Amino acid sequence: MPLEKQFISFYTIVRKGVIRIFRIWSQTLLPPLVTSVLYFAIFGTILGSRIGELDGVPYILFVVPGLVMLSVITSAFMEVASTFFFAKFFSRNIDEVLVSPTPTLVIIAGFITSGIIRGMLVGVLVLIVSFFFALPSVAHPLIVLLFLFLSSLVFSLGGLINGIYAKSFDSITIVPTFVLTPLVYLGGVFYSIHSLPPLWQTLSLANPVFYIINGFRYGFLGTSDVSIFICTAVLLLLTGILLGVNWYFLKKGLGLKQ
Amino acid sequence: MNEPALTIKNLEKTYASGTQALKGVSLEVPSGDFFALLGPNGAGKTTLIGIVTGLVTKTAGSVSVHGIDIEKEPEWTRALIGLCGQEINFDPWMKPLDVVVNQAGYYGIPRSVAIPRAKKILGDLGLGDKMDQIGFRLSGGMKRRLMIARALIHEPKFLILDEPTAGVDVELRRSMWDYLTALTKQGITILLTTHYLEEAERLASHVAIINKGEIILAGSMEEVLKTHEGGTSGYGGGKLEDIFVKLTSEQT
Repeated sequence: MPLEKQFISFYTIVRKGVIRIFRIWSQTLLPPLVTSVLYFAIFGTILGSRIGELDGVPYILFVVPGLVMLSVITSAFMEVASTFFFAKFFSRNIDEVLVSPTPTLVIIAGFITSGIIRGMLVGVLVLIVSFFFALPSVAHPLIVLLFLFLSSLVFSLGGLINGIYAKSFDSITIVPTFVLTPLVYLGGVFYSIHSLPPLWQTLSLANPVFYIINGFRYGFLGTSDVSIFICTAVLLLLTGILLGVNWYFLKKGLGLKQ
Repeated sequence: MNEPALTIKNLEKTYASGTQALKGVSLEVPSGDFFALLGPNGAGKTTLIGIVTGLVTKTAGSVSVHGIDIEKEPEWTRALIGLCGQEINFDPWMKPLDVVVNQAGYYGIPRSVAIPRAKKILGDLGLGDKMDQIGFRLSGGMKRRLMIARALIHEPKFLILDEPTAGVDVELRRSMWDYLTALTKQGITILLTTHYLEEAERLASHVAIINKGEIILAGSMEEVLKTHEGGTSGYGGGKLEDIFVKLTSEQT
């Protein structure tokens, strides 16, 4: 398929995804905003005023990056996982793309771009909401944007694997509940790993979300538990691995072809 | 001489469950033909179509579309094929016009070309006034026609229709057949599976009967009707139906 046609196919997949995001905005954009308002109010304002400072900044400013990432990660993951699974399992319209000459990589790129768009959009909206509770300073705006993009990318790729592999709707809800949420909560949204016992500090280093939150927090505060380069490298490595897994699954037709 | 639209050689398919759906099927569909592939439920028709369109992986054998191997050049062969599957499988939340225009997009056709083309096809299929209605509100017959419109949007040379008129009323079926027959006159090859054997007898110029994963009869319709004595069953279903019942029950 010539490059120009591949782009049209890519655009078609993305356009469809984005229209869906806005059509059902009360399911895709509103819930993370409501949850974030609660988090900012309870953890930031009510509890935060008692906690005082963490790593030299007011507690609410410390948790803002983590709470933004919590919404970004969940939104990007669920966008791709649920859209792909719905198309595969319920409406079966994934066949529309599979019978077409659209190359595997374009299919992957199309689906994850919708996830990235939703993830970044939710991230920006939650950040705007956070301004009503605290005005975070941005030390490195480009790092903020980079981590917003990379985390949306990584979890869109993860969502696609989930969508491809899932055999029932339970499989779609199990991952966010039992994998994503614990990873996010244990990834340092509410605390710095320096406040953990040494064993837990070491275990935290195996959590990819830890690098996402730290990298993103570095963009705001200019400080991080680990080097920004390590955070970026971990995310790039994860992107490569997840992209390879997705490509293999789709090429083999796993969960799609009989 | 024209390449056949479809050439299948010793095609086999065994599912992970161990079910052997196709047992060395060989078949040729001449270019520009209206070809009927008939068989009882579970005979292997949909599996065969799935392999040709890339939705099912084959176990052995080869498949070529207009002389191009589907495994070696999948992008090329997919561009030649239009599929109207057995299941209604478009996004029910989308409007018919969007369903068809999006399908064009997957084939690399820009929206500026796809929109007028989609409107024309939907109009031809009697969906002109339903283009902007939400998909799930369409009647069963309309959904079928939308599936056909979607299969035609990229102007395929080879159209595969897997029971396109299931659940469609007589009047609508007739208008659909008229439309599809006209397509073959434009050079489009049609491979049809249907349980309406009388219609297959009237429309198709070639026929193959598949049962239990094997082709048990193939040839031109004229030849098949002439050489196979079906007898008269008294059900008034036409000669092909009698031949079909006789051959498939013999195998049982």
